[in-house]
This record gives sequence, C-alpha cells and structure tokens, in this order.
Amino acid sequence: MLSAPLVIGVSFAYLLLLFAVAHWADLRAAQGRSVIASPWVYALSLAVYCTAWTYFGSVGRAATSGVWFLPTYLGPMLAMILAWMVVRKMIRIAKTWRITSIADFIASRYGKSPLLAGLVTLITVVGIVPYIALQLKAIASGYAVLTSPLGQPAVQSAQWWTDSTLYLAIALAGFTIVFGARHLDSTERHEGMVAAIAFESVVKLMAFLAIGLFVSFGLFGNPARLFDQALAVDELRRLLQFGQGQPFAYAQWLGHTLLAMLSVIFLPRQFQMMVVENVDERHLRRAVWAFPLYLLLINLFVLPIAMGGLLHFGPGQMDPETFVLSLPLSQGHHALALFAFVGGLSAATGMVIVEAIAVSTMVCNDLVMPLLLRMHRFGARASGDLTTLLLTIRRLAILGILLLGYLYFHLAGEAYALVSIGLISFAAVAQFAPAMLGGMYWKGGTQGGALTGLLLGFGFWAYTLMLPSLAKSGWLPGDFLVHGLWGLDWLKPEAFLGLAGLDNITHSLFWSLLANLVGYVGVSLWRPPSARETSQALLFVDVFHRASGSRPVFWQGKAQVSALLPLAGRFLGVETARRLFNEYAQSVGVGHIDQIPADARLVHFVETQLAGAIGSASARVMVASVVEEEALNLDDVMRILDEASQLRAYSHALEDKSRSLERATNELREANEKLKSLDRLKDDFMSSVTHELRTPLTSIRALSELMRDDDQMDLAQRQQFLGIIVAEAERLSRLVNQVLDMAKIEAGHAEWHNTEVDMRELLEQAAGSMGETYRERGVALELRLPASVAPLWADHDRITQVVLNLLSNAAKYAPRDSGRVVMSLRPVERGVEVEVQDNGPGIALDQQTMVFEKFRQVSGDEHYRPGGTGLGLPISRQIVEHFGGRMWLQSSPGQGARFGFFLPHTDPARETGSDPMAAHGAGINLTGAQA
Amino acid sequence: MFQGLAAQRLVALFFAGWALFNFPLLALWDHDARVFGLPLFPLALFVVWALLIAALAWVVERDTDATATD
Repeated sequence: MLSAPLVIGVSFAYLLLLFAVAHWADLRAAQGRSVIASPWVYALSLAVYCTAWTYFGSVGRAATSGVWFLPTYLGPMLAMILAWMVVRKMIRIAKTWRITSIADFIASRYGKSPLLAGLVTLITVVGIVPYIALQLKAIASGYAVLTSPLGQPAVQSAQWWTDSTLYLAIALAGFTIVFGARHLDSTERHEGMVAAIAFESVVKLMAFLAIGLFVSFGLFGNPARLFDQALAVDELRRLLQFGQGQPFAYAQWLGHTLLAMLSVIFLPRQFQMMVVENVDERHLRRAVWAFPLYLLLINLFVLPIAMGGLLHFGPGQMDPETFVLSLPLSQGHHALALFAFVGGLSAATGMVIVEAIAVSTMVCNDLVMPLLLRMHRFGARASGDLTTLLLTIRRLAILGILLLGYLYFHLAGEAYALVSIGLISFAAVAQFAPAMLGGMYWKGGTQGGALTGLLLGFGFWAYTLMLPSLAKSGWLPGDFLVHGLWGLDWLKPEAFLGLAGLDNITHSLFWSLLANLVGYVGVSLWRPPSARETSQALLFVDVFHRASGSRPVFWQGKAQVSALLPLAGRFLGVETARRLFNEYAQSVGVGHIDQIPADARLVHFVETQLAGAIGSASARVMVASVVEEEALNLDDVMRILDEASQLRAYSHALEDKSRSLERATNELREANEKLKSLDRLKDDFMSSVTHELRTPLTSIRALSELMRDDDQMDLAQRQQFLGIIVAEAERLSRLVNQVLDMAKIEAGHAEWHNTEVDMRELLEQAAGSMGETYRERGVALELRLPASVAPLWADHDRITQVVLNLLSNAAKYAPRDSGRVVMSLRPVERGVEVEVQDNGPGIALDQQTMVFEKFRQVSGDEHYRPGGTGLGLPISRQIVEHFGGRMWLQSSPGQGARFGFFLPHTDPARETGSDPMAAHGAGINLTGAQA
Repeated sequence: MFQGLAAQRLVALFFAGWALFNFPLLALWDHDARVFGLPLFPLALFVVWALLIAALAWVVERDTDATATD
C-alpha cells in the first residue's frame, strides 16, 4: 500500500507534465515548427481510443470471458483498412465546410437542420456520460487499490461532499478547460492538446507493456510456463476457448466487432482527433496501420496478465480490473504499481479531455446557441461581441459533462464492470453510422430519414440497453425487465419480440441499428429531397470531384458587405473578422473590403467561417437574418450545379488548351533551336569547305602563274611544279569526292553493295595496300588477327575505306622511322572489334570528341597535316554507324592513339531497306549545304 | 470512390479481414492446442491481426499516388 499524498502528488505532477507538453507544443506551433505535423503523432493521438476501459477493463473482461476482450480492437483494425477512403472523405468534407463535430456534420449534410444537430448532440451527451463515468470509476478504484491494504475493499465515503471522485471530476474539468477552451478558434483545433494526448498514448503503452513483461517474465518465468499453469486449472482452461458454451457465440463476436468498427470512427473523441485535429490528409496513410499496431501491442499482454492474476490470487479473490495494480503491489514493487497507475491515469484523462472538448463544442454550437439565438437579446438583430459568451458556454458545458459523468458513476457505476459501461456508450454512437455513412455516399438521404432513423435507433438503444442498466443498478423498478413493459411479454427490453440468446449488447445493437436503418432509408425514399437537402448532398457526396475553385454555391439573393462584416465580428471577434475579409478581398482580386462584390460566394464564405464558430445550422440562421435570400427550388439547384459544371468544363477545356499551347510553344522553340544550330553547322561547314578548297587552289594558281610568267624556268623546276599541281588537283578532287560522299551518306542516298565480308581477309588486303606508305615513312605495321572470324554482312569497299582511313591516319601521326602501328581484330559478342593503335603524340581528352567532327583537324590542330581533308573520320563513323556499329577513340597525350570500331553480324534479311538517317538521326543534310 | 488499384486492394483486404475474423474461418483455430507453449486460439488471432497490419502497411505506404485515387 502506498501513502495517499504520494499518489495524489505524483498524479498532479503528471498532469502538470502533460500541461507542460501541451504548452511546449503550442509554443512550437506559434514559431511555425509544429510538433503535430507528423503522421506518427497523428497515429498516437488516435490511440485516445484506448481508455481506462482498455487499460483496466480489458484485463477484467479477459479474466471473466477470455478472448472476448478482443473484438473491441479487431473492429478498429477492420475500420482502419477502409479509413483511407472513408475517413479521408470525412476529413475533406469537414475541412471544406469547417465542420467541427459529428452533430454539425450530420446537420450540415441534411440541409443544415438545427433540429438534427440538437438531436445528435443529445444522443451524444446521453450516450457518452456513462463512458466518462467509467473513467472516473477507473481512477477512483485504482487510487483505492493503491492506497488501501491489499485485498481489502476501499472505504467509500458516505457523503458526496467527502467523495474524492467528485473533486477528481472537478479537477479534470478545470484541466480540460485549460486545454481546450482557453481561447476561441474557429477551426476548433488544439495543437497542444493533441501533443499531450500523443504523449499520454506513449505513457500508457509503456506502462501496460511494463506490467505485461513483469507478469509474464518476472512473475512466471515465461509466457509458456504461465499458460502451462493456467491450462492445468479447469476454469482457466475454459476461458481460453472461444464459445464457452454460449449460443450464437459467432453472431455476438460479429456484433461486437461491428460495434467497435463503427465506434472507432463515430465516437466524439475519435472524430475530434481523426477529423477535426487532422492537419494533413496524408498523415492518415501512416496512421491507418500504425494505430492498429498500437492496439495490437497494448493488447498483447492482456491475457497473460488476466491469467497471471487469476493464478496468483485465485479466482474470485481480487477484482480482476485492478490486476494491473494489485499484481506488482503483491510483490512489493511499489514503483511499478505507481507507474501502472500513472499509465491508467493517462488513459482516463486523455479520454476525458478529448471527449469533453468534443462534446462541449457540440453542446455549445448545436444545442445552446440555436436556443440562445432565438432569444431577442442574442438574436440576429442584436449586436455586441459574443465570443466571450461562446467561451463561457463551452467551459460550463465541460464542467456539466464531467458532473453528469460523476452523477452516473455515483448512481450506477458500482453495479457494472468497466467494459459493460463502455459498450453501452459504443452502442449509442453507433447510431450515427447510417446517417453519416449514408450521407457521405448516398445523395438520396433526407433530413426526415436521418431524424427518423436516429430517433428510432436512439429509442431502441435507450429501451434495450440504457434503461435496463439503470434498472439493474436499482434506480428504476426492474419489473419491466422480467415481464416486459405493461406486462407485455414481447416487449421485454432484453428479449425484444422474444429474441433471446444474444447478449444484451448484440441484442440491442441489432434492434437499434435495424430500426435506425429501416427508418433512415424508408423515410428518405418516402418523398424526394428538398432543394437544400439536394444541394448539401451534392456538396458532400461529390466532395472529391470538385476543386475548391469550381464548387457550386447554392445561394441566391441580395447581400451587403456592411451587414455581413459586423455579423462575422460578433462571433469571430472584430479583428479576426476584419482579417478574414481582407484575405477574402485579396483572393477575389480587390484592394479593399468595401469593394468586395456582395455575391453568393461572399455569403457562402461568411457562412462557412461562422459555421466553424457556431455550427452550420446556427450560421445558416444568422446569415439568413442579415441578407435578403430568395428561396431555392430544385430547379435552381440543378441550374446552379449545371452552371458550376459548365464552368468547370470550360476551365478544364481552357486548361487543356493552354497546356497544349504551351507544349506546342516548347516544341517550336526546340525546333527553332535545332534549326539555328543546324544553320550554324552549315555555315561552319561551308567556310571549312571553301577554306579547304582554297588552299590547294591557291597553290595551283600560284605555281601555274609562276610557270606562265617565267619562260626561262628550267625543265626540272617545271616538272617539280607540275607534280605539285597534279598532287594538289588530286587532293582537290579527293576533297570534292569526300564532300559528295559525306553528303550522300548523310542524306541516305549512298549506295551500299552488301556482301559477306571476311574481316580477316579485308584487314590483310588493307594492310597490303598501305604497305608502301608505311615503308616510305619507316613505320612498322603489325597485324594481330585471330585464325578465323565469322563473316559480316556489309559493304566490302566501304569497310575497306574505313580501315584504310584509320591506317593512314595512324601512319601520319606515328613518328617517322620509329613509328609502330598495331592493328588488331577481335571477335566479340554479336560482332567484331577492330582497333588501330599508334605510338604517336596522342590526343588530349578535350580534343577527343572533336576528331569525329567534320574538318576538325583543320582548324586549331597543332598536328595539321596538309594531306588530310578532315572528313576521313566523320565519314568512317557514318559508315560504321550505318551498319549498326560504333566507333571510338582511346588516347592520352604521349601514349599514342587507339581508334577502334565495332561491327555487328547484321542479319541480311533484316538489314535490307534500313535507312541510315532513320537509325542515326543526328548529322546535317549536306544536300542543302551544297545547294 | 473505390477506384484505383490501392483502393481496390484495401477493399479486398477489408473483406479478407472480415472473413478471417468471423465464422467459419475463425472456428479453424478453436482447438485445445498449443504452439510454442501458447494457446492456439489467442495466438492465431494475434498472428492474423499482425499479418493484416503488415498487408495494410504495404498497400498504403507503397501507393504514393493514392491521393489521386478516390
């Protein structure tokens, strides 16, 4: 047993720590470095689903019915699989229309009906009060276990004013107010609270795992040994089986799973965390699997703890719901027990804070405000800032909810286990499912249908679950439980129409959801939806189909900025309203608030902003009171929708047009660039060619003139000059031939005479014909040829031209008298490689790519050779590439150059008709240059 | 709404989960047997659960353009 001041002190210290976390998160948010902008924090904040019910109640449930604690967590697992579609749609709708609660969501969907909003709020409050009571009960009994001697029941105070639970409720209310209702925010988002909840989720998981490890491994050695002992006891052995002799076990399992599936989405605190506090839709992607993983982890040790507790204390000796605390206490591990209590405190306070904030928003916006606004003092024609009033209402609502929870705890809490209380609440919020899901996916649902469904569902829930729970606690006469209402047997609340055998939760869920669904669908189909219902249905169901710019605004009438601005100011605060209007003015492209066009879009904007603060139904009433509206009929709705669709179609078409225009512009620009560069190349080529032609022409002319003018020139001199003239003329014609050749190849007009070519033979012939040149220059030529290679399909003469070109280049660059050239042939995969290596000066890296360009050796080449034309290598490369091969150069200065090329064994059948330009689009068309 | 590969995978996974957690597939595990010393039925539930989480994580995290599919 621990001392009471210690436990209270630690609890308060922990709550202060929470507050510090929240404060820190708020500070970070103000600096723009939000801590909750993380998918992990979002996933952890969803774990507010795990309350004291999970923390204490699951063990209790497992100790009485084995694996039956699990459907409550398997349901969320299944729900999360679909969350990426369903919850994301809820988030999108809520963000678009500034919806801040479930009541607002449903009311807004069905034509912004204040009646519907009020009904949903009422159901929520009634349904959630037992759940709050559960948390209070858990903390109270946990505290009692810690501070009283083990095994003795805690002494309950007789008078309410000495009951510590009351003060706990009040303290929690104060704490919640500080967290959630310090100031007004029109989006109802609370960064600090989310951070604190995420922190609490970590604490409760750690604490529970610590206890689980302690029991499984510390107390029993290992889980297998624990189950060894448990299975030896008949009672416990029975617990580990599924049905345990109940009829309809599988139907009940299904019922509980379905119940949890709906609750994890429709509980007010889950909606608050999942939808309202969501900062980025994409966080959902991580959360949909991380949150179920959290649930799995926190449930991992539930069975071992329950079995361990039953074995350790013996069945019936100790309340299983407090095993988490009593097990470590019984072993004298006081610190561990205190940690476990803090974990439970986390679970309970987290739930209370979020739930109370969510419900207080509903109570304020959807119950109190609509009533207040009907009164003359606060109504549409009144003035004055109402923001303080809004805050006060919320704070009072929080306090009221907690006090109601305390009241329920005081009246009925003792009679029920934690899990049973929680399930009652689950069954209440499950009633929202038809109206919510139907509203999101079915355009035909109407306000009447939703009202009928909710009323019927709620009625059945109250009759078959809530009233029996009160009766069993002794606060109602229990007669009707046994004999049915008015003695009518078929009206028995827990066996309606004689349906017996199901547990009361499944029984109630079945009847209430059935009645709800039948009412909703039946009445919705009774008559066609009104204009307002249709317009809202369109906005909700098709929320993904429209970008924010092209959403239709279903409103017509006359409005004035001078009336709307003060209205917004009353509920949002004057400064906030002014800021929002300024932003709006900028977004529509006018400079000043007064210039804002008072059209449907502005009315819609104001209404949406107000909806965030006072709920959509109240916002509708308020806006309607300051503008002159014209009632919409169904035709108007369709017309507006048509216009919006047309507008959307136009803007789509316009976007398409501008996109294709942009594409065309880009293509044109690229083509122009290409043309320009081709033009430049052509100019370069022309100047190179003329330059090349001029050099031999100049020398021919100079020598000819010399001979003409000098009659006395001796014969030897003449012969020498004539020799030079002939050589230059030959060079000239070679150049012209090569230019023509090049042009033909590039234009695709070259003729190719393809035959089978034996490369080995070809190289030997080429070497033979170059033999004289090499001998003359004193350069040694070595051939390295394999014994045989597979024949190629190519043009023999063209390939010879390539080889000769390489050989003559090598001969020119190799040093005279000590030159050495090696030509090698190598069969490779799918072809052959030929390389010619010289021992000349080599070519610098930055020059290497240029050697294949036309006339490149002419300009700026330090090894300028008068014999070359500068077209040999480019032509060679064109030839090699024509046959699907490639040409390369490896060299470094001082190491000589190694030119090589690869030729594939081209298939003769496939090769026919191939167009060199099609295969190698680069290169310029020289026919143009010649013309 | 349920178009796109990821969405269809999720729907399929949902039905798979629904089938695995209900009669009659659930009844397959309801034996008085033990695996590694742990009772079969709870163990099977947790293993199936963990596999579902893994599959779910695989579907949502690899589909980077899921925002486009609604």
